[in-house]
Amino acid sequence: MQRFLRSLRFLELALPIAAVLIAFAIGGVLLALLGANPFEAYWVLISGAFGSVGGLASTLTKMTPLLLVALGICISFRGGVINIGGEGQIIVGALAATAFTLWLRDWPGWLLLPLTLIVGALAGAVWGGIAGVLKARLNVNEILSTVMLNAIALQLMNFLLRGPMLDPAQIAAGTNIAQSEALPRSVWLTRLAPPTLLHSGVILALVLAVLVYLLLWRTTIGFRIRTVGLNPSAARYAGMPVPFYVAFSLILAGGFAGLAGAVEVTGVSHRMLEGLSGGYGFSGIVAALFGKLHPLGAIPASFLFGGLLVGANKMQLTVQVPSALITVINGLVVMFVVASEVYVRRARRRAGREAAEASLKRESSTPSAEAAVP
Amino acid sequence: MFHEFLSVATLIGIANSGVRLATPYLYAALGEMFGQRSGVLNLGVEGVMLMGAFAAYYTVYIGGDPWLGVLAAIIVGALMGLLMALISVTMQAQQGISGIGLTLFGVGLSSLLLKVLVGSPIGISGFSTWKVPGLNSIPVIGPIFFEHNILVYIAYLLVPVSLYVLYRTTFGLKIRAVGQNPEAADSLGVRVNAVRYGTVMLGSAMAGIAGASLSIGLLNIFQENMTNGLGFIAVALVYFGGWRPLGVLIGALLFSTVNALQLWMQVLGVPIPSDLAVMMPYLLTIVVLAVGGQRIRQPAALTKPYERGE
Repeated sequence: MQRFLRSLRFLELALPIAAVLIAFAIGGVLLALLGANPFEAYWVLISGAFGSVGGLASTLTKMTPLLLVALGICISFRGGVINIGGEGQIIVGALAATAFTLWLRDWPGWLLLPLTLIVGALAGAVWGGIAGVLKARLNVNEILSTVMLNAIALQLMNFLLRGPMLDPAQIAAGTNIAQSEALPRSVWLTRLAPPTLLHSGVILALVLAVLVYLLLWRTTIGFRIRTVGLNPSAARYAGMPVPFYVAFSLILAGGFAGLAGAVEVTGVSHRMLEGLSGGYGFSGIVAALFGKLHPLGAIPASFLFGGLLVGANKMQLTVQVPSALITVINGLVVMFVVASEVYVRRARRRAGREAAEASLKRESSTPSAEAAVP
Repeated sequence: MFHEFLSVATLIGIANSGVRLATPYLYAALGEMFGQRSGVLNLGVEGVMLMGAFAAYYTVYIGGDPWLGVLAAIIVGALMGLLMALISVTMQAQQGISGIGLTLFGVGLSSLLLKVLVGSPIGISGFSTWKVPGLNSIPVIGPIFFEHNILVYIAYLLVPVSLYVLYRTTFGLKIRAVGQNPEAADSLGVRVNAVRYGTVMLGSAMAGIAGASLSIGLLNIFQENMTNGLGFIAVALVYFGGWRPLGVLIGALLFSTVNALQLWMQVLGVPIPSDLAVMMPYLLTIVVLAVGGQRIRQPAALTKPYERGE
């Protein structure tokens, strides 16, 4: 029994890593077929991400939004709700945070900055909540609605950044690059290692990871979210308001993605730009799955996948391998990780069966129990 | 301006665009419908369409015939379907997530291949408009329905074909049985997983053609992420259409008409910001899902992998 439990835990750890290695191997074959040297490309990728102080700082910078999104994904997937809407929630959060800060720009930073982050999170929560309420009340498939809300948020951003929120300086210069006015310095997150972009948002994300862990495993709310995700009928039978928790998981997930948007704006770009969401809504899913949907597992996972994003840019610049390769690898990792769960399930079943057989054997070898029955 | 918008020529133009723009939706959604009727939700349509679009574009780009492009799209689509089936049917992965993986894979790979093999995309000459002789001279009807490229006509022909296959053939009966009650189908000797491999690969091949209908039919160019969520709308159309070919047809026409209206409004300079106009199909999808969410029951075994009890 002990042996099986150990091998099970080993499997659960080893399978995601194997999934990443296989994905990289396939990516390497692909590169070779396209005439690039995969070893050279991967070397640039890895050394670019993890091989220098600057690289590590960039990796930590990219890790921040990934981790925040991944935390939300952990909550929603644990709650049985699939949130594909990270991109849209990031955009809406960043837009709201930007608009709010620019509106109250004269307020002192110690008040304005926290409020800005909260506004971003709330906006993301509303955007996720739309899908959540639609799912809870009208049984609208949340995968489809969140994808549509991504597209709607994108168009909303295009509209606002070319119209009402367009930087007056851009209008004056006649360049009309679609970006907002710069945020007041009072809301800029502290840079931790200038000249790199690494900012204090990474600390916030790490603290929140611990809090989400506590929420999911140490509170009643977390217990209920997980119960609803594991077995909605049992949850309903136990008297839990299942629709409420379905909506609530998506609201929380949206809130974390919205916060990621606000953190990107206040920490990195200091204004709202096109392309700010940077695919984090999707790579956050990859990181969360790789971290086995555990908030603490999401920390190393988003570090790894943040590093891949940094390294991919480096790879594109120095050996001209398009960074789209990382999207390919991300897709393969997602497929392999969810596919590999079948082995964990089988191992768990086998462990259960063997344990049952062992206890049967024990009973038959100690006849006293039978002898006691007349 | 509104006078201009309501002229007969404009209305015919909008209707013509509506009929034409339904093409990718029809291929992708009818294909997806087969998969879902057999119990497999393939959310990778978006990625498969992009790969199909690129395969067709590249074939024509290097000098191939457009029909060869369609064949390439079919093969690439079917292969991606094989991957999806392997992971979701054999390995029993959670379908909502594995499909997102397939989409990411297709988005990334098509963009990678474009950059390495083509560089910056240029226009190509794909299928040209083929006016149906005789029929195209009927006033109003002719210019709306009979002045399109060949892939458009085939898309509409696939509606009755799908109806026939699904309700009048043994294969169709097996698909419906496997999607409704796989245990019963299995006990009658239907090979559940084989049927699902078949439908997922068929559906993906059709998603491949859907992509080709964009890159060598409607737009004659390939661009990164050119499907822009169209694959997901196609999945939504299957829900909207109640898992029936005619329902899918109505949904596809509804969406393409909204799209056509939106495009023509931009062309005619109706004072609505184009970004907000582009939102309309996506908003409509949500509204339609909300209204139709509980109308028709979905195939009972949808998203449930099948494993024989021991």
